[in-house]
Amino acid sequence: MTQPLVRISHALDPVTAPPFPTAAATSLKDQQLRNNVRHATNVIQAKRARVVGEMPDWQALRTAGEAIRRRTMQRLDQYLEQFETNFTRAGGTVHWATNAAEARAIALSLLQAAGATEVIKIKSMTTEEIQLNPSLEAAGILTYETDLAELIIQLGCDQPSHIVVPALHKNRHQIREIFRREMNLPDIGDTPQALADAARTFLREKFLRVSAAVSGANFLIAETGSICIIESEGNGRMCLTLPDTLITIAGIDKVLPRFQDLEVMLQLVPRSATGERMNPYNSLWTGATPGDGPRNNHVILLDNGRSAMLADSESRQTLHCIRCGACQNACPVYRQTGGHAYGSVYAGPIGAILTPQLQQMHHAESLPYASSLCGACYEVCPVKINIPEVLIHLRNKIVQQNSPYAPEALAMKLMSHTFLSERRFRAAQRLGRFAMSPLARKDPHNQRWISWLPGLLGGWTQSRDLQPMPSQTFRDWFASRPNPSQGPT
Amino acid sequence: MTSREAILESIRTANATATTAAHPTPPEASPTYLHESTLTQEALLHLLTGRLIDYDARVLRTTAENLASTIAEALEARNARNVLIPPGIPSAWLPETIHFTEDNNQTPPELNTFDGVLTTATLAIAQTGTIVLQNAPGQGRRAVSLVPDYHLCLLRTSQVVETVPEAFALLAPTAHLPTTFISGPSATADIEMTRIKGVHGPRTLDVLLIETA
Repeated sequence: MTQPLVRISHALDPVTAPPFPTAAATSLKDQQLRNNVRHATNVIQAKRARVVGEMPDWQALRTAGEAIRRRTMQRLDQYLEQFETNFTRAGGTVHWATNAAEARAIALSLLQAAGATEVIKIKSMTTEEIQLNPSLEAAGILTYETDLAELIIQLGCDQPSHIVVPALHKNRHQIREIFRREMNLPDIGDTPQALADAARTFLREKFLRVSAAVSGANFLIAETGSICIIESEGNGRMCLTLPDTLITIAGIDKVLPRFQDLEVMLQLVPRSATGERMNPYNSLWTGATPGDGPRNNHVILLDNGRSAMLADSESRQTLHCIRCGACQNACPVYRQTGGHAYGSVYAGPIGAILTPQLQQMHHAESLPYASSLCGACYEVCPVKINIPEVLIHLRNKIVQQNSPYAPEALAMKLMSHTFLSERRFRAAQRLGRFAMSPLARKDPHNQRWISWLPGLLGGWTQSRDLQPMPSQTFRDWFASRPNPSQGPT
Repeated sequence: MTSREAILESIRTANATATTAAHPTPPEASPTYLHESTLTQEALLHLLTGRLIDYDARVLRTTAENLASTIAEALEARNARNVLIPPGIPSAWLPETIHFTEDNNQTPPELNTFDGVLTTATLAIAQTGTIVLQNAPGQGRRAVSLVPDYHLCLLRTSQVVETVPEAFALLAPTAHLPTTFISGPSATADIEMTRIKGVHGPRTLDVLLIETA
């Protein structure tokens, strides 16, 4: 049974994605999606809170994690070279790719050189970012996603909506329907256990047979030249150990300077990501070990917009991200819209700052506005990325790169001009009162409300009513008091 | 310019452009998170046992004298008759009632025919309920402890540490070896965030703690 698994589906591409408000409006109408996302993020947040609460040194670990990531970025070039030296010395091969197309081409040529016609894959958001699967399929190489959530996505011709739990937007009944149809299992039950058992049977044959694998990486360790993969199901271990050829595609931001740094990350990631004290499996390997695992070990170091992000003093902390997804689970916006509305494999608060920067601020410009700036993301971030600060910084950049004659910019200039003079301010108040009065309607309690404003101002009244300006301002009242020395009565 | 040079050059240029004054890198002071255990040996074993059970592993305790018979009981309880062992397991540990096969670089389909696997471990972390295996005698290559559906792991009580940093201090000299951290049997939470035991790795994990003086 080697039928192609990937069919044409609409990839999440920030270049072609609709603006967030448009996409979110569609998501918000999908009550099933909203129920699924709310349920899953509630469960995961409760689990996280419990195991984080167990740790007396949690804040110290966060501080240490932040310091490690900051140090890494300051000497990223040296750590990458050190990783390359050590991984190569241990029998592996390191490749460098400046962009997605180059990474895809390297992966394809390595697979073709190995004579591979099929490949088993570990869940990797980096390979989703570079849209690897469609390009391999186009070259005649079948890809099998082996992570349960990614399998659900692949079989359902869907797209990932969360960086840790990509099928978080599907419930068990929907998953059962996908498995029943695609695995040809008419009698499959809809308990999570039955679904997991079906995935085990479906994939075991592929693990035992397929001779090439593609993975991402959680961490690359410069000091030892080792790669670390964090996972739960054992599909990762299968892909890392059974095939002859293993290609790891890792963003250049995944480096850690020292082996010891991993002791911090392996305490922060599992508790933040899945609410576990430790996830079931962590694998570490260095180059190639004779008699243990693949003989051909390749790493493709992917830039794809990352190095340029370091130039911005404020927003470079985005690269500190260790992809735990805690900010997505905590975000009141993500929890309503789910991940697809972000038009990127990186959704939620981290996606709102990462995606536009990876696009050099040419696309995904609506994403930094997809936030209420409540700060929940910052509070849960295990490496203390100040996401609200970066969101505001990116909004500022977007305004600056837009035309000075854009309507919003002109309105702000006019407002500033008005506020600079008492005379103009009073005139504006009189004008506002006059213009508003025909729009105000009385409610049953005799309160006056405006529920519709024209043009650009209509954004305000789209989801709330506005009270009209009072007929008398404070200044008018102050000036009109009968005897100023006695004060108000 | 090669892609390698282009990427490294781009990083250097960007790092030279950014002013990191607003966010100075903290000095490399000794980290303030917890390192050393403060627990007694018995409290440590109690913690490990609780954490292993919490994630669906079973914990057995025995002494060096009774090791072979306890192994026999554990394997029989799981109906494991045809058991794989990596090189380096002393034959004195192995009960005669069970058929053991030493790993001899079997193919993946061959590994898939065993009922279970018996290994030792490098160490265990009590706080997280984790056992750590490396490519070493008694622990074997990574595939050995992965493909069979049942894993019986032997652990001396002296190999248990409390915290993750204590484990890393012990692992540092052999950091280059293929290493696997195992916390409970294979599991997933991909369906509605409900933890389900048993996907692709061993669906059953038993840990046998051997008392050491």
